Amino acid sequence: MIEVKNVEKSFGGNKILKGISTVFETGKTNLIIGQSGSGKTVLLKSLLGIHTPESGTISFDGRIYSELNPDEKRELRTEIGMVFQGSALFDSMTVAENVGFPLRMFTKDNNSKIQERVDFVLKRVNLTDAHKKLPSEISGGMQKRVAIARAIVNNPKYLFCDEPNSGLDPNTAILIDNLIKEITEEYNITTVINTHDMNSVMEIGEKILFLKDGLKAWEGSKEEIFRTDNEAVVAFVYSSNLFKKVREAYLKD
Amino acid sequence: MLIRYITQIGRYFLMLKEIFNKQTKWSVMKNLIFKEIDDLIIGSLGIVAFISFFVGGVVAIQTALNLTNPLIPKYLIGFATRQSVILEFAPTFISVIMAGKMGSFITSSIGTMRVTEQIDALEVMGVNSLNYLVFPKIIALLLYPFLIGIAMFLGVLGGWMAGVYGGFTSSDEFINGAQMDFIPFHIIYAFIKTLIFAMLLATIPSFHGYYMKGGALEVGRASTVSFVWTSVTIILFNYILTQLLLGS
Repeated sequence: MIEVKNVEKSFGGNKILKGISTVFETGKTNLIIGQSGSGKTVLLKSLLGIHTPESGTISFDGRIYSELNPDEKRELRTEIGMVFQGSALFDSMTVAENVGFPLRMFTKDNNSKIQERVDFVLKRVNLTDAHKKLPSEISGGMQKRVAIARAIVNNPKYLFCDEPNSGLDPNTAILIDNLIKEITEEYNITTVINTHDMNSVMEIGEKILFLKDGLKAWEGSKEEIFRTDNEAVVAFVYSSNLFKKVREAYLKD
Repeated sequence: MLIRYITQIGRYFLMLKEIFNKQTKWSVMKNLIFKEIDDLIIGSLGIVAFISFFVGGVVAIQTALNLTNPLIPKYLIGFATRQSVILEFAPTFISVIMAGKMGSFITSSIGTMRVTEQIDALEVMGVNSLNYLVFPKIIALLLYPFLIGIAMFLGVLGGWMAGVYGGFTSSDEFINGAQMDFIPFHIIYAFIKTLIFAMLLATIPSFHGYYMKGGALEVGRASTVSFVWTSVTIILFNYILTQLLLGS
């Protein structure tokens, strides 16, 4: 569980996060949504420790990040898996080397054990014939799957995904969404996803945090988002006719 | 402006401190070091050999053409070539060229990793990204004096060939000149300079790549800025070290 309490963050006098508090629950896919500039990425990067909030606390199962010493912070980071928007695979390494990287860095496993684990997670993300390929030789969807495999290879307790569907076709996007959800449940991970994609919200949003102008404007589940009267959520989520109709159909049922 | 420069210099020294914090596992690091030796040292052998050989030849020809007085002995061609190559050409001139070759490679490769979030990925995993990326380059460049040693040898060889086969001097005269008044400390001086330049070559381009912001265009810009600053720093340190080591 990740608990965020009253987190504030500014850049050059411009307050981006204005006191956000929420809880990201274990074993659930927690989604952060909101318009561009609402503070989603800053919140995600604050959770990852890339940005340091000016006030407030972020605690990982009771461990308050700002109170940890550098070694404890690095230790905690080994419990984190991250899927970046652009996948962030290491260009000079093959798919198998990318996936095995956290194991080579942080475990004492020998090569055959690492290889075994790499094979297992690549199979888990349905990639069995790309081991020796370079990231530049595979498609965007495959790169995302490799990024997910690398994020989960070390059995993380926390999984963060920044726009995991961006640039993917609708079919692949659904596959990636479902994969993340399955992995979250299977390994009982606290998963936080930063997304613009309303399909993801409808598909896998077990807990949704809606940000507006650096503030928490609404939070709830995907079922609740259909029923909410919150004007900001309605204006954002149901701005397209398709989702308006989906909502109407859901409420009718 | 001045404050910005001072801030950057402070940031550079903080980066140096961070490079040596939290070391990467040796089993991983040793492969990175071998890769950097291959990229930075072995990969530069060809260009260093080519430039050294021909510039050594040009130095010999220029010296010969300027010795118009018949009273000046021809062995000075060998002497002047040796002194120019060992004292300045090999350690300093080659380092400025390497600021372009190695420096832009280092800045653009680290800068691209920054732009594509690969450095963020390392940090999020709990890897000390500065140690992972820059430390192997520093260790690999400890072999830089080996490259400069080759440049010295080929520079003098190029001078000998141009001098002898160009008909400017005889082989004996050139070799006599090249051995005349040889001061072994000059070699030590050249290698001290080389080691300090190696440190600058590894760290200044890394600094510009690591802290760059923006996209592909900024990677190109960072490479140019890194080349300028590495060259300026090398020239500045060349002056300071020459004054300190040979001036007294």
